[in-house]
Amino acid sequence: MGEIVFSGVTKRYGNTVAVDHVTLTVFDGELLVLLGPSGCGKTTLLRLVAGLEDLDEGEISIGGKIVNDVEPKDRDIAMVFQSYALYPHLTVAKNIEFPLRQRGIPHDERQRRVQDVMSRVGIAELAGRKPGQLSGGQRQRVALARAIVRDPQAFLMDEPLSNLDAALRVQTRADIVSLQQRLETTTLYVTHDQVEAMTMGHRIAVVNHGEIQQVSPPQDAYDRPANTFVAGFLGSPGMNLLPAALGEQGPDAGVPSLVVSGGTIPLTPELGAVARTAARFKAGVRPESLSVDPDGSLEASVVIVEALGAEALVICELPDHTQVVVRQDADRHRPGIGETLRIRVDPVGVHLFDAETGLRIEDR
Amino acid sequence: MPVDAPSVPNGAPRTRPDRKSAHPRRRRVVRQVIRYTLLTVGAIIVLFPIYMTVVNSLLAPNLLDRQPPLLFPVHPQWHTYATAWSQGHLGLYLRNSIIQTLIIVAGQVVTAVLAAYAFAFLRFPFRRTLFVVFLSTLMIPFEVTMITNLNTVNSLGWYNTFQGLTVPFLATGFGTFLLRQAFLQIPRDLEEAAALDGYGHWRFLLRVALPLARPTVAALAIFSFLGSWNQYLWPLLVTGDNNNIRTVQIGLKALQGNQLQDLNVTLAGAIIAVVPLFVLLVVFQKQLVRSLTAGAVK
Repeated sequence: MGEIVFSGVTKRYGNTVAVDHVTLTVFDGELLVLLGPSGCGKTTLLRLVAGLEDLDEGEISIGGKIVNDVEPKDRDIAMVFQSYALYPHLTVAKNIEFPLRQRGIPHDERQRRVQDVMSRVGIAELAGRKPGQLSGGQRQRVALARAIVRDPQAFLMDEPLSNLDAALRVQTRADIVSLQQRLETTTLYVTHDQVEAMTMGHRIAVVNHGEIQQVSPPQDAYDRPANTFVAGFLGSPGMNLLPAALGEQGPDAGVPSLVVSGGTIPLTPELGAVARTAARFKAGVRPESLSVDPDGSLEASVVIVEALGAEALVICELPDHTQVVVRQDADRHRPGIGETLRIRVDPVGVHLFDAETGLRIEDR
Repeated sequence: MPVDAPSVPNGAPRTRPDRKSAHPRRRRVVRQVIRYTLLTVGAIIVLFPIYMTVVNSLLAPNLLDRQPPLLFPVHPQWHTYATAWSQGHLGLYLRNSIIQTLIIVAGQVVTAVLAAYAFAFLRFPFRRTLFVVFLSTLMIPFEVTMITNLNTVNSLGWYNTFQGLTVPFLATGFGTFLLRQAFLQIPRDLEEAAALDGYGHWRFLLRVALPLARPTVAALAIFSFLGSWNQYLWPLLVTGDNNNIRTVQIGLKALQGNQLQDLNVTLAGAIIAVVPLFVLLVVFQKQLVRSLTAGAVK
């Protein structure tokens, strides 16, 4: 029973609201990723669960027990810090044993558990070394082992991969996921890296300005972003967002469309139907739903072309200086900088957001 | 090409490194020779008085005022050391000095560790102000507080006691400052990790903070040892003729007496009094050097 429940949680620092009435449930055994830009309050949320910060309003419960006034050590959670927070003067084995020493566990039992965890994480041969003699990846594993050894109700992970190089990060990401699946321990994982969020989380909670923007399985958040922030933040690059107005549509008009700077955006009939309820929108289109096409409905001039190997990003500017990113395969002809071209928009890939609130306008 | 590109022709700068690298070894040797010569001269200047003390302590009294002075002990009088030890009661005085010094070192380390921990890790009102007040005690010379301290010690009936010798020195602003800086180097994450692992302040201090600050604690202990061992004025003020409590520095003064012919015995006593410091230096040389250069490296 390791469910973590936030209800109406608020944390202020002076006049700054770091966490604003957050209500969220991390289910038992789930890996939930808190994703957001730096300074959005995601780490504060984690620290509130750990008890390293006191909350100003609301309640947090872990495993059904309200922990607002419970000391960090009595919350039965383990945290993996971004810096790993290994004790530099202790060997790897002693570091892992450290949390057990305070819990009245007999010496033999402690040794058995330390050995067990070290072999499970694959660091048995490092037992006698000190943290200063380890690589970043090895330290990361020691930090994980130290969290696991306690067999807590929940893991809290604060950007644990951000100090690793790219290749190691991919490897460790997979390791953490498989470890979490085996242990089935509730995990709250904080990151600003959307690739981590997309690949690791059962669900992700996108956070901005201390508020939860959307909680859903990663693919859902990508496919159906709840608002313009999520749309722009998820995906690399994020969704193109264009100010748009409903096009003229007489009774005989065929395909409904939106008018944007530099042309029009076609809509599916379903989206066209809901679009009639308002006049002004933000139209969202992912770069992969755009293509360079002489028959395209948008006119734009090329600003930069970024070749990424398998694909290229063509960054264009509309007449109103809004930038639009088009993703295309690497083998296609690359337009030159300054060239004017036409862009085709796939109607299925169009999302509509309220121009005022930024909230998604659903097509169903 | 930017306008402010190097205006030196391409060929010109190339010749200089060549000339420089022609005799890198000879340059290094020359630099080493100069460096070691200077160090040797410095060492001679510092060590010569100590050497002369040893020489004079071994000379017969009638050879002490020879001009020019003798640079080597002629017919060394080893018995001066035995005389100094027995006549000057140096055994007793050394014992007193050791007791006094150990009490002060232990007291300073314990109080400094606790105060520094509070200033570094605890959150309490007026923390900064209080720390500044602590620091300001560093600026008040001992002589200013001496009379008040003496009155206090006398009124407590501590004249001629170890309490009188040691209690005024059991806390140190300098040590608190030194250790606070060392504690501040410890990442906050470690404190938080320890809190989650179930370690309260005491256990964190003993298991994590102190082991990590060990070089600084050692440095403080050494400085505090040197300081209290070499104390002269205060022990002179708070100890009377009662031989049972006087420290070795006061004992030496008494040993000096008035007769010139006993000067060799006095010098032998001085050498004996220095031996504990010498042993300390040899044993803790590494820590001492590390503590002195700690600020320079970081």
